[in-house]
Amino acid sequence: MSYIIDRRLNGKNKSSVNRQRFLRRYRNHIKKAVSDAVKQRSITDLESGSEITIPSRDLSEPVFHHGPGGVNTRVFPGNKEFVPGDEIQRPRGGGAGGGGGKASNSGEGEDEFVFQIDRDEFLEFLFEDLELPHMVKKQLADSSDYKTVQAGFTNQGNPERLNIVRSLRGAHARRIALSGSSRRQIKALEREKAELLEQPADDARDIRLADIDEELELLRAKVSRMPFLDTFDLKFNNLIKTPVPSSKAVMFCVMDVSGSMTQSIKDMAKRFFLLLYMFLKRAYKRIDVVFIRHHTQAKEVDEEEFFYSRETGGTIVSSAIALTAEVIEARYPPGDWNIYVAQASDGDNWDGDSDACRDLLLERIMPKVQYFSYVEITTGEHQNLWFEYERVREAFPDVFAMEKIETVGDIYPVFRELFSRREQRTG
Amino acid sequence: MNQPISTGSEWTFELLEAYDQAIAKEAERFKLDTYPNQIEVITSEQMMDAYSSVGMPLNYHHWSFGKQFVNTQQNYRRGHMGLAYEIVINSSPSIAYLMEENTMTMQALVIAHACYGHNSFFKGNYLFRTWTNASAIIDYLLFAKHYIAECEERYGIDEVEKLLDSCHALMNYGVNRYKRPHPISAEEERKRQKKRSEILQQQVNALWDTIPKKHADEDETRPKYPRYPKEPEENILYFMEKNAPLLEPWQREVIRIVRKIAQYFYPQKQTQVMNEGWASFWHYTLLHALYEKNLVTDGFMMEFLHSHSSVIYQPPYDSPYYSGINPYTLGYNMYQDIKRICENPTDEDREWFPEIAGADWLDTLHEAMRNYKDESFIQQFLSPRLMRELHLFTVLDDEKRSNLVVSAIHDESGYREVRRNLAEQYNLGTREPNIQVYSVNVRGDRSLTLRHFQHNDRPLGESTEEMLRHVHRLWGFDVRLESVKGDEVVKTFHCPPRPESPGIAH
Repeated sequence: MSYIIDRRLNGKNKSSVNRQRFLRRYRNHIKKAVSDAVKQRSITDLESGSEITIPSRDLSEPVFHHGPGGVNTRVFPGNKEFVPGDEIQRPRGGGAGGGGGKASNSGEGEDEFVFQIDRDEFLEFLFEDLELPHMVKKQLADSSDYKTVQAGFTNQGNPERLNIVRSLRGAHARRIALSGSSRRQIKALEREKAELLEQPADDARDIRLADIDEELELLRAKVSRMPFLDTFDLKFNNLIKTPVPSSKAVMFCVMDVSGSMTQSIKDMAKRFFLLLYMFLKRAYKRIDVVFIRHHTQAKEVDEEEFFYSRETGGTIVSSAIALTAEVIEARYPPGDWNIYVAQASDGDNWDGDSDACRDLLLERIMPKVQYFSYVEITTGEHQNLWFEYERVREAFPDVFAMEKIETVGDIYPVFRELFSRREQRTG
Repeated sequence: MNQPISTGSEWTFELLEAYDQAIAKEAERFKLDTYPNQIEVITSEQMMDAYSSVGMPLNYHHWSFGKQFVNTQQNYRRGHMGLAYEIVINSSPSIAYLMEENTMTMQALVIAHACYGHNSFFKGNYLFRTWTNASAIIDYLLFAKHYIAECEERYGIDEVEKLLDSCHALMNYGVNRYKRPHPISAEEERKRQKKRSEILQQQVNALWDTIPKKHADEDETRPKYPRYPKEPEENILYFMEKNAPLLEPWQREVIRIVRKIAQYFYPQKQTQVMNEGWASFWHYTLLHALYEKNLVTDGFMMEFLHSHSSVIYQPPYDSPYYSGINPYTLGYNMYQDIKRICENPTDEDREWFPEIAGADWLDTLHEAMRNYKDESFIQQFLSPRLMRELHLFTVLDDEKRSNLVVSAIHDESGYREVRRNLAEQYNLGTREPNIQVYSVNVRGDRSLTLRHFQHNDRPLGESTEEMLRHVHRLWGFDVRLESVKGDEVVKTFHCPPRPESPGIAH
């Protein structure tokens, strides 16, 4: 007695709770793996998940078992040359736990436990410390706004989407197609009738004419029974949703790479740039990223060099501001581009330079940008650069944000204002 | 002349039914007695889900199942591993999963293997008959799942998870190896659960009646009071459930759930060779019976034999694919061998197996399936001829000798030893360290002493300290584990770790 049941349509994610439990338990491992992964990724590459590797011993489920030693016998298959009494050297590496040490030298992959997390989970872990409000997280993870666009026609829809021209054209075509043979016959009969009428009248002709008239009547009735508009003819406008990022933007990443910027400060700055990039990505179709780094001189570089090459020497921030201004003037006219500048530094600057920075910002940069954000990653006191920037903020309170960051948790407030302003504008 | 049931590789529900009926007919001819079958067609994702909850259609939530799932998924995606063709559950009706990706031939193979092979084994073998109650297991799992979910809600996921971690660690010590169990019934379970928790707590309180004296001035080596428990207790989880002083009633219930499930799986652990061998023997025999009746095509048989031979392939010990003795190979060959001994015994067989040489093979096979477990099955039925075919040999690993020694091979002087060694290898009692609850300092500091009775002088492995922490979590007071060789304690583990001098123990 058997029952055969199709279960394929039942849910397939029975294990998702257990999977979440697993991720929850090893969140510290995963977070570490994620932050390592971020170091190796470009900030523009956030579309994929990541492979997570955890040492197997950290997630073992222990049981009581025998250790090496004592007397142990094991039976093996496939004897070729052994006879009783043969001695075999003990396999090295403490595999004496059962002469079986030689059996499994293929177990190398067992030292590491590897698995995959998807993009959403990756971002979740990445931004966990940033203390993003849930709304913002969702906005970041979601892709951009949608616009409904015309995409052909369908046979079903609600009446307001009815496309009259299409429907009538369809009806017309149908009427032609379906009544074709009848009308052909009508034409033939009419021609015959005309011919007969020209002939002299006799009985045979009259009988034939009567027949033709009768037939014509039938055929015309048939044609007129053809519905003018059938439900089959109705065509509706089909609308689909497509994502519409508004237009293009350029993002300048400006960072101090002088000797005082350690790798950990740079990593923190990278989170900051990353977050800005993701935010922009939601809003714009195309984003250019320009990396400008500086010590006493500024230079436009690629991402790799931006984050990972080391320089020493003093700091002249204005060099970078000036270079940014030049690049904007040369390549990114404010009429075509939404310009965002993100600057990260530890606050050090050559004393005489800070007011030059302020002037440059006020004159050549601020009037052109959508938003300028400055983060100072330091645990020390503010220096004169900060105070000069405060004056810039007074002049452009809407588009200039600055924040002192000690931990990654401080990054978000820089964006808070930016997000809230967007909400107002769109909401 | 019969027409083949199907000729293509695509399966349909009608064909599944037709094959199932044809196979059932043959199975009946061979006296295979089964529970009703419930054949469920599922996708590969669902198969992965089934995999990771130890094959059960439902189970409580735990991170370790998630780990299993993630691992299966990763290996499957990378193509490192195919999924098993089938999973079958010892329940009534017996549930068998077929993957939709399988070809018609594979589905027929799985139906023969799982729905008639495993299923009849579940129903016939004495261990399953004694230890499991096939009609109640699904209900019980449902009860367990709800109960644990309720605990999580009430006491927090972390609390429950910690407890389950400890229980899982001790799962192998949550079974009665010798005592007969009470069959479990979910309905009864629910009714009695509340009452039991009250009674349990009373019993525990009675045991701990005396207020403990911290510096009890008694000589630990000569206790004035009778030792508690009187006899060492092999079922550590059972002992915890009944006696651990500090556990809440719900915690005792969770321990009970884990040990009930452990008990349910215990027969499967003891009959892997017999069970897989039985199922393989029958898929081979049943499908050949269909072929003889012209119900399947030559192409069907080619495909079937191809997967059959890869299932029962045994790589030699020095092959990179070797990972222990393949239970399918050993079991399948043993049943085929028994059949051969019954039908065409040689002189050697008559000498070794006088009772079965020339007997009715079908009765003999059923008899073997019903009344043995792996250990005794091998000890009883492994023939010299099969040992020769598999080229079996024994390696002796004695730490006192500098080299490993080949102590016996497949020859006249070695048959009995190889067979005994192989049987021993399937004896769970010696494969896992023999650890029992030895005593509790009832009047003193409430410390618990476990004893490891060494077998062949084998010491405990490196996980012991960690394991003791789990025991300690359940027990709540100091835990000691003595490793005993003969009558002599050779090594002692403590949790919490104790410095040499006693007295700072607190």
